[in-house]
Amino acid sequence: MKPAEFFMRDRTLHPPAFDPGYKTSVARSPRLPLLTIQQTASEITGPTFGHGDFGALDNDLTMNFNHGGMPVGERMVLHGRVLDENGRPVPKTLVEIWQANASGRYRHKKDVYLGALDPNFGGCGRTLTDENGYYVFRTIKPGPYPWLNYVNSWRPRHIHVSVFGSSFSQRLITQLYFEGDPLIPLCPIVKTIPDPEAVQRLIAVMDLNASVPMDCLAYRFDIVLRGRRSTLFENRLEGN
Amino acid sequence: MAQTLNYLKESASQTAGPYVHIGLAPGAAGFKTFDQELGQVIAADGVPGERIRIEGLVLDGLGAPVKDVLLEVWQADANGIYPHPEDPRSSEVASGFRGWGRIITDFDTGLWSFETIRPGATPGRAGKVQAPHISFWLVSRGINIGLHTRMYFPQDSTQHAADPVLNSVEHAVRRQTMIATQTGPTTYRFNIRLQGDGETVFIDV
Ligand SMILES: [Fe+3]
Repeated sequence: MKPAEFFMRDRTLHPPAFDPGYKTSVARSPRLPLLTIQQTASEITGPTFGHGDFGALDNDLTMNFNHGGMPVGERMVLHGRVLDENGRPVPKTLVEIWQANASGRYRHKKDVYLGALDPNFGGCGRTLTDENGYYVFRTIKPGPYPWLNYVNSWRPRHIHVSVFGSSFSQRLITQLYFEGDPLIPLCPIVKTIPDPEAVQRLIAVMDLNASVPMDCLAYRFDIVLRGRRSTLFENRLEGN
Repeated sequence: MAQTLNYLKESASQTAGPYVHIGLAPGAAGFKTFDQELGQVIAADGVPGERIRIEGLVLDGLGAPVKDVLLEVWQADANGIYPHPEDPRSSEVASGFRGWGRIITDFDTGLWSFETIRPGATPGRAGKVQAPHISFWLVSRGINIGLHTRMYFPQDSTQHAADPVLNSVEHAVRRQTMIATQTGPTTYRFNIRLQGDGETVFIDV
Protein backbone atom coordinates (compact mmCIF):
# COMPACT_ATOMS: atom_id res chain seq x y z
CA MET A 1 0.00 0.00 0.00
CA LYS A 2 1.20 3.49 -0.77
CA PRO A 3 1.24 5.93 2.11
CA ALA A 4 -1.38 8.62 1.61
CA GLU A 5 -2.73 11.44 3.72
CA PHE A 6 -6.23 11.83 5.08
CA PHE A 7 -8.54 14.70 4.24
CA MET A 8 -8.44 17.59 6.63
CA ARG A 9 -10.92 16.99 9.44
CA ASP A 10 -13.96 19.28 9.00
CA ARG A 11 -14.23 20.57 12.55
CA THR A 12 -17.50 22.40 11.82
CA LEU A 13 -19.18 18.96 11.95
CA HIS A 14 -17.79 18.19 15.40
CA PRO A 15 -18.52 19.62 18.82
CA PRO A 16 -16.14 22.37 19.89
CA ALA A 17 -14.01 21.48 22.94
CA PHE A 18 -15.73 24.19 25.00
CA ASP A 19 -19.51 24.14 25.28
CA PRO A 20 -20.93 25.71 28.44
CA GLY A 21 -24.22 23.82 27.92
CA TYR A 22 -22.27 20.64 28.72
CA LYS A 23 -20.82 21.72 32.02
CA THR A 24 -18.05 19.16 32.38
CA SER A 25 -16.47 20.45 29.16
CA VAL A 26 -15.81 23.86 30.69
CA ALA A 27 -12.75 22.85 32.75
CA ARG A 28 -11.69 20.07 30.39
CA SER A 29 -11.48 22.04 27.13
CA PRO A 30 -8.20 23.28 25.68
CA ARG A 31 -8.42 27.01 24.97
CA LEU A 32 -5.41 27.45 22.71
CA PRO A 33 -5.62 26.57 19.02
CA LEU A 34 -4.73 23.04 17.96
CA LEU A 35 -1.32 22.69 16.33
CA THR A 36 -1.69 22.23 12.58
CA ILE A 37 0.70 19.66 11.13
CA GLN A 38 1.09 17.84 7.85
CA GLN A 39 0.65 14.14 8.40
CA THR A 40 3.62 11.83 8.79
CA ALA A 41 4.01 8.09 9.25
CA SER A 42 2.97 8.60 12.89
CA GLU A 43 -0.50 9.77 11.82
CA ILE A 44 -1.24 7.64 8.75
CA THR A 45 -0.49 4.37 10.50
CA GLY A 46 -2.35 2.85 13.42
CA PRO A 47 -2.96 -0.37 15.31
CA THR A 48 -4.27 -3.43 13.52
CA PHE A 49 -6.35 -6.23 14.99
CA GLY A 50 -6.93 -9.83 14.05
CA HIS A 51 -9.48 -12.49 14.79
CA GLY A 52 -7.11 -13.89 17.43
CA ASP A 53 -7.95 -10.85 19.55
CA PHE A 54 -11.61 -11.86 19.89
CA GLY A 55 -13.85 -14.45 21.47
CA ALA A 56 -16.84 -15.99 19.70
CA LEU A 57 -19.47 -14.08 21.70
CA ASP A 58 -17.74 -10.71 21.80
CA ASN A 59 -20.33 -9.11 19.50
CA ASP A 60 -23.39 -10.64 21.22
CA LEU A 61 -24.26 -8.58 24.28
CA THR A 62 -27.27 -10.79 24.98
CA MET A 63 -24.92 -13.73 25.56
CA ASN A 64 -21.48 -12.43 26.52
CA PHE A 65 -22.40 -11.80 30.17
CA ASN A 66 -24.70 -14.78 30.57
CA HIS A 67 -25.15 -15.69 34.22
CA GLY A 68 -27.92 -18.21 33.71
CA GLY A 69 -30.50 -16.35 31.65
CA MET A 70 -31.31 -13.73 29.05
CA PRO A 71 -31.04 -10.03 29.79
CA VAL A 72 -34.29 -8.09 30.19
CA GLY A 73 -35.38 -5.63 27.53
CA GLU A 74 -36.01 -5.20 23.82
CA ARG A 75 -33.71 -7.53 21.91
CA MET A 76 -32.15 -5.90 18.88
CA VAL A 77 -29.67 -6.35 16.07
CA LEU A 78 -27.38 -3.39 15.51
CA HIS A 79 -25.73 -3.44 12.14
CA GLY A 80 -24.23 -1.20 9.50
CA ARG A 81 -21.08 -0.31 7.65
CA VAL A 82 -17.95 1.64 8.41
CA LEU A 83 -17.19 3.81 5.39
CA ASP A 84 -14.78 6.63 4.70
CA GLU A 85 -15.64 10.02 3.24
CA ASN A 86 -14.94 8.64 -0.24
CA GLY A 87 -17.73 6.11 0.36
CA ARG A 88 -15.25 3.24 0.47
CA PRO A 89 -15.73 0.50 3.05
CA VAL A 90 -13.23 0.31 5.89
CA PRO A 91 -12.47 -3.41 6.21
CA LYS A 92 -11.09 -5.29 9.24
CA THR A 93 -11.45 -2.35 11.56
CA LEU A 94 -12.23 -2.65 15.25
CA VAL A 95 -15.69 -1.46 16.39
CA GLU A 96 -16.37 -1.44 20.13
CA ILE A 97 -19.67 -0.52 21.79
CA TRP A 98 -20.85 0.04 25.34
CA GLN A 99 -24.20 0.97 26.78
CA ALA A 100 -26.60 1.02 29.70
CA ASN A 101 -29.03 -1.86 30.16
CA ALA A 102 -32.80 -1.66 29.55
CA SER A 103 -33.22 0.20 32.87
CA GLY A 104 -30.69 2.86 31.94
CA ARG A 105 -28.11 1.50 34.38
CA TYR A 106 -24.45 0.93 33.56
CA ARG A 107 -22.43 -1.93 34.97
CA HIS A 108 -19.73 0.38 36.33
CA LYS A 109 -18.55 0.85 39.86
CA LYS A 110 -19.12 4.58 39.52
CA ASP A 111 -22.76 4.35 38.34
CA VAL A 112 -25.18 4.65 41.27
CA TYR A 113 -28.44 5.27 39.37
CA LEU A 114 -31.36 3.46 40.98
CA GLY A 115 -32.29 1.63 37.77
CA ALA A 116 -31.70 -2.08 38.36
CA LEU A 117 -28.55 -3.87 37.32
CA ASP A 118 -29.29 -6.85 35.09
CA PRO A 119 -27.42 -9.99 36.20
CA ASN A 120 -27.20 -11.14 32.58
CA PHE A 121 -26.07 -7.93 30.93
CA GLY A 122 -22.52 -6.57 30.94
CA GLY A 123 -23.01 -3.86 28.35
CA CYS A 124 -19.95 -4.11 26.11
CA GLY A 125 -19.19 -5.71 22.78
CA ARG A 126 -16.62 -5.60 20.04
CA THR A 127 -16.13 -6.90 16.54
CA LEU A 128 -14.12 -6.45 13.36
CA THR A 129 -15.75 -5.21 10.17
CA ASP A 130 -15.66 -7.67 7.29
CA GLU A 131 -14.03 -7.02 3.91
CA ASN A 132 -17.00 -4.82 2.93
CA GLY A 133 -16.82 -2.72 6.09
CA TYR A 134 -19.90 -4.45 7.53
CA TYR A 135 -20.40 -5.08 11.22
CA VAL A 136 -23.16 -6.61 13.34
CA PHE A 137 -23.96 -6.82 17.06
CA ARG A 138 -26.83 -8.32 18.98
CA THR A 139 -27.88 -6.46 22.09
CA ILE A 140 -30.69 -4.97 24.17
CA LYS A 141 -32.13 -1.54 23.50
CA PRO A 142 -30.69 0.71 26.24
CA GLY A 143 -32.92 2.78 28.49
CA PRO A 144 -32.66 6.55 28.99
CA TYR A 145 -31.02 7.72 32.20
CA PRO A 146 -30.72 10.90 34.26
CA TRP A 147 -27.48 12.77 34.86
CA LEU A 148 -26.57 15.88 36.74
CA ASN A 149 -25.89 18.55 34.18
CA TYR A 150 -28.98 20.58 34.82
CA VAL A 151 -31.09 19.22 37.65
CA ASN A 152 -33.39 17.34 35.28
CA SER A 153 -31.13 16.35 32.38
CA TRP A 154 -31.75 12.96 30.76
CA ARG A 155 -29.69 11.15 28.20
CA PRO A 156 -31.68 9.82 25.25
CA ARG A 157 -31.33 6.08 24.65
CA HIS A 158 -27.86 5.73 23.16
CA ILE A 159 -25.02 3.34 22.47
CA HIS A 160 -21.40 4.51 22.64
CA VAL A 161 -19.38 3.53 19.58
CA SER A 162 -15.59 3.50 19.22
CA VAL A 163 -13.92 2.97 15.83
CA PHE A 164 -10.27 2.82 14.78
CA GLY A 165 -10.15 2.97 10.98
CA SER A 166 -6.78 2.21 9.44
CA SER A 167 -4.83 5.05 11.04
CA PHE A 168 -4.43 6.82 14.35
CA SER A 169 -5.74 10.00 12.73
CA GLN A 170 -9.10 8.34 11.97
CA ARG A 171 -9.70 7.38 15.60
CA LEU A 172 -13.26 8.28 16.57
CA ILE A 173 -15.67 7.85 19.45
CA THR A 174 -19.30 8.77 18.99
CA GLN A 175 -22.78 7.80 20.18
CA LEU A 176 -25.74 6.47 18.27
CA TYR A 177 -29.30 7.49 19.04
CA PHE A 178 -32.65 5.98 18.11
CA GLU A 179 -35.16 7.33 15.61
CA GLY A 180 -38.10 9.09 17.26
CA ASP A 181 -36.60 9.54 20.73
CA PRO A 182 -38.10 12.76 22.19
CA LEU A 183 -35.02 13.28 24.39
CA ILE A 184 -32.62 13.77 21.47
CA PRO A 185 -33.28 17.50 20.89
CA LEU A 186 -33.18 18.19 24.65
CA CYS A 187 -29.85 16.56 25.39
CA PRO A 188 -26.94 18.89 26.28
CA ILE A 189 -24.43 16.36 24.90
CA VAL A 190 -26.27 16.03 21.58
CA LYS A 191 -26.46 19.82 21.48
CA THR A 192 -22.66 20.12 21.57
CA ILE A 193 -22.83 19.19 17.86
CA PRO A 194 -23.23 22.48 16.01
CA ASP A 195 -24.58 21.08 12.74
CA PRO A 196 -28.18 19.75 12.87
CA GLU A 197 -27.54 17.46 9.90
CA ALA A 198 -24.56 15.97 11.70
CA VAL A 199 -26.93 15.09 14.56
CA GLN A 200 -29.32 13.38 12.14
CA ARG A 201 -26.44 11.23 10.90
CA LEU A 202 -26.01 9.83 14.44
CA ILE A 203 -29.60 8.54 14.60
CA ALA A 204 -30.01 4.84 13.84
CA VAL A 205 -33.09 3.76 11.89
CA MET A 206 -35.31 0.79 12.47
CA ASP A 207 -34.59 -1.78 9.75
CA LEU A 208 -37.43 -4.27 9.53
CA ASN A 209 -35.79 -6.23 6.72
CA ALA A 210 -32.79 -6.98 8.92
CA SER A 211 -34.88 -7.97 11.92
CA VAL A 212 -35.19 -11.64 12.84
CA PRO A 213 -38.83 -12.79 12.88
CA MET A 214 -40.02 -13.91 16.32
CA ASP A 215 -36.64 -12.94 17.78
CA CYS A 216 -35.56 -9.30 17.53
CA LEU A 217 -35.88 -6.00 15.72
CA ALA A 218 -32.94 -4.43 13.91
CA TYR A 219 -31.46 -0.95 13.75
CA ARG A 220 -29.09 0.26 11.08
CA PHE A 221 -26.21 2.61 11.82
CA ASP A 222 -23.49 3.56 9.33
CA ILE A 223 -20.31 5.22 10.55
CA VAL A 224 -18.18 7.50 8.38
CA LEU A 225 -14.48 8.04 9.05
CA ARG A 226 -12.13 10.51 7.45
CA GLY A 227 -11.35 9.79 3.81
CA ARG A 228 -7.92 9.74 2.31
CA ARG A 229 -6.40 11.37 -0.69
CA SER A 230 -5.94 9.28 -3.78
CA THR A 231 -3.55 11.70 -5.46
CA LEU A 232 0.09 11.57 -4.55
CA PHE A 233 1.33 14.55 -2.69
CA GLU A 234 4.29 16.70 -3.72
CA ASN A 235 5.91 16.65 -0.36
CA ARG A 236 6.30 12.90 -0.15
CA LEU A 237 6.83 10.82 2.88
CA GLU A 238 10.22 9.23 2.88
CA GLY A 239 10.07 5.77 1.40
CA ASN A 240 7.17 6.59 -0.90
CA MET B 1 -26.52 24.22 -10.75
CA ALA B 2 -23.06 22.81 -10.70
CA GLN B 3 -22.42 19.12 -10.24
CA THR B 4 -22.27 17.85 -6.71
CA LEU B 5 -19.37 16.13 -5.04
CA ASN B 6 -20.53 12.86 -3.59
CA TYR B 7 -18.31 12.78 -0.57
CA LEU B 8 -19.75 11.51 2.66
CA LYS B 9 -19.28 13.53 5.82
CA GLU B 10 -17.39 12.20 8.83
CA SER B 11 -19.61 11.08 11.72
CA ALA B 12 -19.63 13.68 14.49
CA SER B 13 -17.66 12.93 17.62
CA GLN B 14 -19.41 12.62 20.97
CA THR B 15 -17.84 12.46 24.41
CA ALA B 16 -16.75 9.02 25.59
CA GLY B 17 -18.57 9.82 28.84
CA PRO B 18 -17.78 8.63 32.36
CA TYR B 19 -18.26 4.93 31.59
CA VAL B 20 -15.83 4.55 28.70
CA HIS B 21 -14.14 1.73 30.64
CA ILE B 22 -17.17 -0.53 30.25
CA GLY B 23 -16.56 -0.73 26.55
CA LEU B 24 -12.83 -0.33 26.23
CA ALA B 25 -11.50 -1.75 29.49
CA PRO B 26 -14.28 -3.65 31.30
CA GLY B 27 -11.83 -4.98 33.88
CA ALA B 28 -11.37 -1.42 35.15
CA ALA B 29 -15.15 -0.97 35.24
CA GLY B 30 -15.28 -3.93 37.62
CA PHE B 31 -16.32 -6.94 35.56
CA LYS B 32 -15.01 -9.51 33.10
CA THR B 33 -16.52 -10.16 29.71
CA PHE B 34 -13.67 -10.71 27.31
CA ASP B 35 -10.99 -13.39 27.52
CA GLN B 36 -8.39 -10.79 26.68
CA GLU B 37 -8.61 -7.03 26.98
CA LEU B 38 -6.98 -5.11 24.17
CA GLY B 39 -3.99 -2.80 24.43
CA GLN B 40 -2.40 -4.33 27.53
CA VAL B 41 0.96 -5.22 25.95
CA ILE B 42 2.67 -2.70 23.70
CA ALA B 43 5.92 -4.61 23.31
CA ALA B 44 6.00 -8.29 24.33
CA ASP B 45 8.89 -9.73 26.32
CA GLY B 46 11.89 -10.20 24.08
CA VAL B 47 11.19 -7.27 21.78
CA PRO B 48 14.54 -5.49 21.33
CA GLY B 49 14.87 -2.03 22.84
CA GLU B 50 15.27 -0.22 26.11
CA ARG B 51 12.44 -1.10 28.52
CA ILE B 52 10.92 2.04 29.99
CA ARG B 53 8.01 3.06 32.19
CA ILE B 54 6.02 6.26 31.73
CA GLU B 55 3.59 7.70 34.24
CA GLY B 56 1.66 10.90 34.59
CA LEU B 57 -1.53 12.77 35.28
CA VAL B 58 -4.05 14.49 33.07
CA LEU B 59 -4.94 17.78 34.75
CA ASP B 60 -8.00 19.94 34.13
CA GLY B 61 -8.21 23.72 33.95
CA LEU B 62 -8.20 23.98 37.74
CA GLY B 63 -5.18 21.72 38.12
CA ALA B 64 -7.21 18.75 39.38
CA PRO B 65 -6.41 15.27 38.07
CA VAL B 66 -8.89 13.90 35.53
CA LYS B 67 -9.60 10.55 37.13
CA ASP B 68 -11.88 9.09 34.47
CA VAL B 69 -9.68 9.74 31.43
CA LEU B 70 -8.72 6.93 29.06
CA LEU B 71 -5.52 7.21 27.03
CA GLU B 72 -4.26 5.38 23.99
CA VAL B 73 -0.69 5.46 22.74
CA TRP B 74 0.84 4.58 19.39
CA GLN B 75 4.55 4.31 18.70
CA ALA B 76 7.25 2.85 16.48
CA ASP B 77 9.68 0.12 17.55
CA ALA B 78 13.31 0.74 18.50
CA ASN B 79 14.23 1.01 14.82
CA GLY B 80 11.51 3.55 14.12
CA ILE B 81 9.23 1.09 12.31
CA TYR B 82 5.45 1.09 12.76
CA PRO B 83 3.70 -2.30 12.74
CA HIS B 84 1.35 -1.24 9.97
CA PRO B 85 1.28 -2.16 6.26
CA GLU B 86 1.76 1.45 5.19
CA ASP B 87 5.10 1.72 6.88
CA PRO B 88 7.43 0.81 3.99
CA ARG B 89 9.65 -1.12 6.41
CA SER B 90 6.82 -2.90 8.27
CA SER B 91 8.08 -6.34 7.21
CA GLU B 92 11.12 -5.68 9.41
CA VAL B 93 9.20 -4.65 12.53
CA ALA B 94 10.26 -6.42 15.73
CA SER B 95 8.31 -9.63 16.31
CA GLY B 96 5.90 -9.27 19.25
CA PHE B 97 5.76 -5.51 18.89
CA ARG B 98 2.19 -4.19 18.84
CA GLY B 99 2.93 -0.48 19.16
CA TRP B 100 -0.45 0.34 20.65
CA GLY B 101 -1.56 0.55 24.24
CA ARG B 102 -4.68 1.50 26.15
CA ILE B 103 -4.12 3.08 29.55
CA ILE B 104 -6.48 3.46 32.49
CA THR B 105 -5.96 5.77 35.44
CA ASP B 106 -6.20 4.90 39.08
CA PHE B 107 -9.77 6.07 39.81
CA ASP B 108 -8.74 7.45 43.23
CA THR B 109 -5.66 9.43 42.22
CA GLY B 110 -5.85 9.86 38.45
CA LEU B 111 -2.32 8.50 38.11
CA TRP B 112 -1.66 6.37 35.03
CA SER B 113 1.40 4.45 33.91
CA PHE B 114 2.49 2.00 31.27
CA GLU B 115 5.53 0.02 30.22
CA THR B 116 6.96 -0.13 26.75
CA ILE B 117 10.24 0.16 24.86
CA ARG B 118 11.77 3.43 23.84
CA PRO B 119 10.87 4.11 20.19
CA GLY B 120 13.45 5.01 17.57
CA ALA B 121 13.43 8.07 15.34
CA THR B 122 10.87 7.87 12.53
CA PRO B 123 10.80 9.26 9.00
CA GLY B 124 9.14 12.62 8.56
CA ARG B 125 8.17 14.31 5.34
CA ALA B 126 10.57 15.19 2.55
CA GLY B 127 13.44 13.19 4.00
CA LYS B 128 13.34 14.84 7.40
CA VAL B 129 13.69 12.83 10.60
CA GLN B 130 11.29 12.95 13.54
CA ALA B 131 12.78 12.66 17.01
CA PRO B 132 11.64 9.58 18.98
CA HIS B 133 8.11 10.15 20.22
CA ILE B 134 4.95 8.41 21.35
CA SER B 135 1.59 9.60 19.99
CA PHE B 136 -1.14 10.04 22.63
CA TRP B 137 -4.91 10.23 22.23
CA LEU B 138 -7.20 10.87 25.18
CA VAL B 139 -10.91 10.84 25.83
CA SER B 140 -13.12 11.29 28.87
CA ARG B 141 -16.31 12.78 30.15
CA GLY B 142 -16.23 16.47 29.23
CA ILE B 143 -13.89 15.95 26.26
CA ASN B 144 -16.07 16.36 23.19
CA ILE B 145 -13.59 15.11 20.64
CA GLY B 146 -10.50 12.99 21.34
CA LEU B 147 -7.33 15.00 21.89
CA HIS B 148 -4.07 14.12 20.14
CA THR B 149 -0.62 15.05 21.35
CA ARG B 150 2.90 13.63 21.32
CA MET B 151 5.41 12.81 24.03
CA TYR B 152 9.11 13.31 23.30
CA PHE B 153 12.09 12.22 25.46
CA PRO B 154 14.18 14.80 27.33
CA GLN B 155 17.57 13.32 26.40
CA ASP B 156 17.01 13.88 22.65
CA SER B 157 17.42 17.66 22.68
CA THR B 158 19.70 17.65 19.63
CA GLN B 159 17.06 15.82 17.61
CA HIS B 160 14.32 18.08 18.98
CA ALA B 161 16.05 21.04 17.42
CA ALA B 162 15.45 19.43 14.01
CA ASP B 163 12.03 17.88 14.67
CA PRO B 164 9.46 19.30 12.24
CA VAL B 165 6.48 18.99 14.59
CA LEU B 166 8.18 20.50 17.65
CA ASN B 167 9.50 23.29 15.48
CA SER B 168 6.09 24.12 14.12
CA VAL B 169 4.99 25.18 17.63
CA GLU B 170 5.18 28.95 17.32
CA HIS B 171 5.81 29.72 20.98
CA ALA B 172 9.01 27.88 21.84
CA VAL B 173 8.09 27.71 25.52
CA ARG B 174 5.08 25.54 24.66
CA ARG B 175 7.31 22.86 23.07
CA GLN B 176 8.22 21.80 26.60
CA THR B 177 4.65 20.59 27.13
CA MET B 178 5.39 17.72 24.72
CA ILE B 179 8.65 16.69 26.40
CA ALA B 180 8.59 14.25 29.34
CA THR B 181 10.74 14.54 32.45
CA GLN B 182 13.16 11.76 33.33
CA THR B 183 12.59 10.49 36.88
CA GLY B 184 15.00 7.54 36.94
CA PRO B 185 17.29 5.55 34.64
CA THR B 186 14.31 4.11 32.71
CA THR B 187 11.33 6.05 34.05
CA TYR B 188 9.61 9.17 32.77
CA ARG B 189 6.89 11.52 33.90
CA PHE B 190 4.51 13.11 31.41
CA ASN B 191 1.72 15.33 32.71
CA ILE B 192 -0.91 16.54 30.26
CA ARG B 193 -2.65 19.86 31.03
CA LEU B 194 -5.98 20.29 29.32
CA GLN B 195 -6.28 24.01 29.96
CA GLY B 196 -4.72 27.01 31.65
CA ASP B 197 -1.08 27.58 32.60
CA GLY B 198 1.14 25.20 30.69
CA GLU B 199 -1.69 23.95 28.49
CA THR B 200 -0.36 20.99 26.49
CA VAL B 201 0.01 21.41 22.75
CA PHE B 202 -2.76 19.35 21.16
CA ILE B 203 -2.43 18.46 17.51
CA ASP B 204 -4.94 18.61 14.66
CA VAL B 205 -3.69 15.41 13.08
FE1 LIG C 1 -23.86 6.88 28.14
